[in-house]
Amino acid sequence: MSDYNFAYLDEQTKRMIRRAILKGLAVPGYQVPFASREMPMPYGWGTGGVQVSAATLTPEDTFKVIDQGADDTTNAVSIRKFFENTAGVATTEETEKATVIQTRHRIPEAELTEDQILVYQVPIPEPLRFLEPRETETRKMHALEEYGLMHVKLYEDISQHGAISTSYAHPVRVSGRYVMDPSPIPKFDNPKLEMDAIQLFGAGREQRIYAVPPHTKVVSLDFEDYPFEATKADHPCDLCGAEDSYLDELIMDDAGNRMFVCSDTDYCRSRRAAGHEGRLAKEDAA
Amino acid sequence: MYVAVKGGEKAIENAHAWLAEERRGAPDVAELSVAQIREQLSLSVNRVMAEGSLYDPDLAALAIKQARGDLIEAIFLIRAYRTTLPRFGYTNPVATGNMACDRRISATFKDAPGGQVLGPTFDYTHRLLNFKLAAEGGDPIAPEAAPRTEPTPHITEFLKGEDIIQDEPTSDETPGDLTREPMEFPSTRPLRLQSLTRGDEGFVLGMAYSTQRGYARNHAFVGELRIGKVAVEMDITELGFAIEIGEVELTECETVNQFKGSKTEPPQFTRGYGLVFGQSERKSIAMALVDRALRWEELGEDNLGAPAQDEEFVLSHADNIQATGFLEHIKLPHYVDFQSELELVRKLRREAEERITPKEAAE
Repeated sequence: MSDYNFAYLDEQTKRMIRRAILKGLAVPGYQVPFASREMPMPYGWGTGGVQVSAATLTPEDTFKVIDQGADDTTNAVSIRKFFENTAGVATTEETEKATVIQTRHRIPEAELTEDQILVYQVPIPEPLRFLEPRETETRKMHALEEYGLMHVKLYEDISQHGAISTSYAHPVRVSGRYVMDPSPIPKFDNPKLEMDAIQLFGAGREQRIYAVPPHTKVVSLDFEDYPFEATKADHPCDLCGAEDSYLDELIMDDAGNRMFVCSDTDYCRSRRAAGHEGRLAKEDAA
Repeated sequence: MYVAVKGGEKAIENAHAWLAEERRGAPDVAELSVAQIREQLSLSVNRVMAEGSLYDPDLAALAIKQARGDLIEAIFLIRAYRTTLPRFGYTNPVATGNMACDRRISATFKDAPGGQVLGPTFDYTHRLLNFKLAAEGGDPIAPEAAPRTEPTPHITEFLKGEDIIQDEPTSDETPGDLTREPMEFPSTRPLRLQSLTRGDEGFVLGMAYSTQRGYARNHAFVGELRIGKVAVEMDITELGFAIEIGEVELTECETVNQFKGSKTEPPQFTRGYGLVFGQSERKSIAMALVDRALRWEELGEDNLGAPAQDEEFVLSHADNIQATGFLEHIKLPHYVDFQSELELVRKLRREAEERITPKEAAE
């Protein structure tokens, strides 16, 4: 695919995106408008993440793509192939070996280092969007740090359901200033948002980029008497026995029997390689 | 047994191979050529060029072939190709007053300089299926007249003389570029028009129709609708003057709208404007109506809370490539999000049951 520039986008466009990324890193959690391009995959399928990755990748990088934590889900395969073709960078499924990781809806279980960049695909970057549909209003609310509406929403959850009824994309406050949508990661992943790696968020259709620099304070919104709770299915992984990983629930037969497995396929693979075994590990090998 | 998502790569390859076979259809039926699509499905080609924002009938025809006739998919192909093209510069504004008109009609004056020219229109055809076409199309020949060589003046120019139509403020300011700067609200009229001209035909039509049915009604007359070719000129720095680099077919619609006056403006006629690539009549009229509705603030009209008056609503949802991408992304895996929802619903149900059960026990 030599007809296209390295990593598909032309250098001018990459420069424009890098400027937005730098601005995002300088103002953690602030949504920087950028002139998102039409990509050869549809809006809503990771075009924001793809543009951020394209602007971030260098020929020496090793790239990993996950969707729902897995390297082999169809859209992750498709995006990884896109960069194999247009950038020719090395790709990997091993979290530790990757220098740039593009993700949809998960943070890897393995702790990331300061030599790594995590790129999130973001569908709706505005945490206040479902409380106030107008961009003109929500930008004003961020400017004035007017986040009362969000707290009212969380309070109403408690009064109606007895708990904050968010399950994913639980809003966070970054560096004590901006309320940010962490993208639709499960609540379970929220505590991991404070990390050593750079975190970049790209929303292509909505034309926004934002960032969390390394070692930045990220607080999940909650109340003193109803503290934030990172939840997961109350099981160990049936393949690798991990008790600390986020699990997918699979339906195994017509009787509705379930099994629980790590959503992070690389984490599960490496644990099994190290000899850990879950309830159904033997059967899977057969 | 843990097979859920394995083999994605092979599955994708096979799906695409099947798609290619389906696109071709039955092999004993002759294959469509790009030229056939360009010549015989030219209104589809026009729509793809207009909403793809790229004037190239051959590429649009290719996109339609590749997309199996799905026009939104074809528009997407054109948009994705378009973003990879280098931008050499901007042409001079096209002079639609010099358009070589194939069609030019006015609903406001029975006759005007340049006359009423019906051109190749579906209007006044009876919508009866022509079964003869199923057997043999033939090569129909239309009668010809000598073409008009002098420019055809715009109808609204005649109203301007009387000062009875609102004057458009002129400006030498370079308009923004929707494809190079992120859209921000409130926007400007040039950006609104850019957004509408590439907006989904069905969406813009629906919005326009809503104004006719009373949601911010502005009673539009088609002052003029013209379709034809205009020259595209560009200043070449090395030459020091503009040269013609080609021509494009355009449809231009100017509506003349009733206006009783407002706090800031005297009673006069106002205008809406539509300009679209190719012969795209429905789209350009719809665009003009929506443009007019969006001008309420500039003209000092009341905000009636109608959808078509709401710039952020209209412009944020007019683009079918954005819309279809986001709509269809819900097909993608959402195991993780669904899992977290499952756990939440189970937890809430458990808690609700605990709240109800002790009460029943007490009774």
